[in-house]
Amino acid sequence: MHKQIDINNDEKLLNKLLESDPDLTIEDALENEMIINMGPQHPATHGVLRLVLRLDGETVIKCVPELGYLHRGYEKMAENMNYYDYIPHTDRLDYTANLCNNVAYVLAVEKLAGIEVPERATYIRMIINELGRIAGHLVAVGTFALDVGAVTAFMWTFREREFIQNIFDQLIGARFTTSYTRFGGVASDATDETLKMIKEFLERFKDSFDEFERLLNTNRIFVERLDGIGILPKDDAIALGITGPILRGSGVEYDIRRAKPYMFYDKMDFKIPVYTECDSLARYFVRVDEIKESAKIIHQCLEQIKPGPVLANDPKKVLPYKDEIYTKMEELIHDFMLVNFGINPPVGDTYFSVENPKGELGFYFVSNGSGHPWKLKIRSPSFCNLQALPLMVEGQMISDVVAIIGSIDPVMGEADK
Amino acid sequence: MDFKELVISKVKEKFNDFVVEITDFRGDLSIEIKPEKIVELSKFLKEEPELDFAQCIDVTAIDWAKRKNRFTTVYHLYSLSKNFNLRLKATIEDAKDPQIDSVTSVWQSANWYERETWDMYGIKFNNHPDLRRIYMPETFEYHPLRKEFPVMGIPGSLPLPQKEED
Repeated sequence: MHKQIDINNDEKLLNKLLESDPDLTIEDALENEMIINMGPQHPATHGVLRLVLRLDGETVIKCVPELGYLHRGYEKMAENMNYYDYIPHTDRLDYTANLCNNVAYVLAVEKLAGIEVPERATYIRMIINELGRIAGHLVAVGTFALDVGAVTAFMWTFREREFIQNIFDQLIGARFTTSYTRFGGVASDATDETLKMIKEFLERFKDSFDEFERLLNTNRIFVERLDGIGILPKDDAIALGITGPILRGSGVEYDIRRAKPYMFYDKMDFKIPVYTECDSLARYFVRVDEIKESAKIIHQCLEQIKPGPVLANDPKKVLPYKDEIYTKMEELIHDFMLVNFGINPPVGDTYFSVENPKGELGFYFVSNGSGHPWKLKIRSPSFCNLQALPLMVEGQMISDVVAIIGSIDPVMGEADK
Repeated sequence: MDFKELVISKVKEKFNDFVVEITDFRGDLSIEIKPEKIVELSKFLKEEPELDFAQCIDVTAIDWAKRKNRFTTVYHLYSLSKNFNLRLKATIEDAKDPQIDSVTSVWQSANWYERETWDMYGIKFNNHPDLRRIYMPETFEYHPLRKEFPVMGIPGSLPLPQKEED
């Protein structure tokens, strides 16, 4: 996607930058102040985010984010494929926590179509959801530390993440492009070996994560660099529709896993970390605490999981197993119908949202009763959270912009859809 | 009286003549209102202390293609204190030049969501402070999520960068 880079030609954007004082002409502004482009190709913008900044010396006066450099039209594509075909595309939304997206998407379709899920499948989904959350947060805090100059922390979090990727490799057969969930269950059962691998990972992870925390939490360079920058007051956070770790870092105790429990989160014992400092450091601490809480949830899932089926027996809506398709007539017919025409949910519209590492990920479906959605709207947390960026950076130093973007932790694959 | 009934009765009490439809599908409450009352209803839902819909978490639209009233705007609201999701809808009657009042004066967060809806569906939000396209370049002539826009795109609609001569 090509967008015009030359800001002098983009009159509307310039007007937006200068709108804070109407008497100012562009020539004046360019003489005393500076207008610079940050991104889209910039190592600290976590993808292709472009910020146009108006600076007075080193202080940011105005910031206008420009999105759309990674826009792939996922909502348009969804209208032209059936519900099953879309599962692989959800991997590519928030690519640091793709399993969370897989789970969120199938839960949303199951709500629309009314599909029941067996217990074991739900537990497996919860385990991978929380592993995905740990992986996503590890990337978030690792790159955040890297942005402010702590390279070791980045190496350590990526080393831990590698172990999680190995678990996914063992369980799913893919490390990144997982597409693991199916309507009514998951694609394959978790073997005892995999569950043992997860247990061993958690044992090891506890110590190595303690080590990571000791490295950063008492590090004066890291803490004093972030303390008090990128303030987002509670009222503004609510007014701007912010969700996820940023909202909890601004002192609002809102987690969808607790507020509107889905899967078995109502049975789990976990805390919701809330910090009231409203700054970048608070957001870091929220993420670190959430990693530990996720590990606690996985421990509980591993204790409660029991043997059983991992795919619902609902031939009109759920794809049958492959060996049954090859040996039984009925299953062959159902498979043919599902692959060619898709599941046909009733006419209506539903919205379903889950707590993803970045915030509230919601899917809004409008169904007209046919095999493909009439409309799919993805409420992506990165997009919505980025709206608070101008408020956070205005009045700060330009070197803090990098740290503030890191604390928001946007993933452009999701923000640009 | 549970909260769902409270919302319905409060809205009916004040906006009875303007409510088009109230549906409850799979537990999602959805209220359709005449487009001219959307800002007023939004303000009421936000400021009524018993309802307290403080967050607007999403704005989008639906293109019904062949219906006479082609576009419906959809607002997803959330009440943090009451833990309740509500959907508002407003069907715009003018299909050629769809316009509706912006709710940015009520919820600040609607700013980007309405820009996205303008970009994707070409629905003009009156009184919006900064109605620019958000994903597509400003020079782009089409609105891609309209049903007549082909999935493969329109050749030539996005010019490639010019090669600079040395």
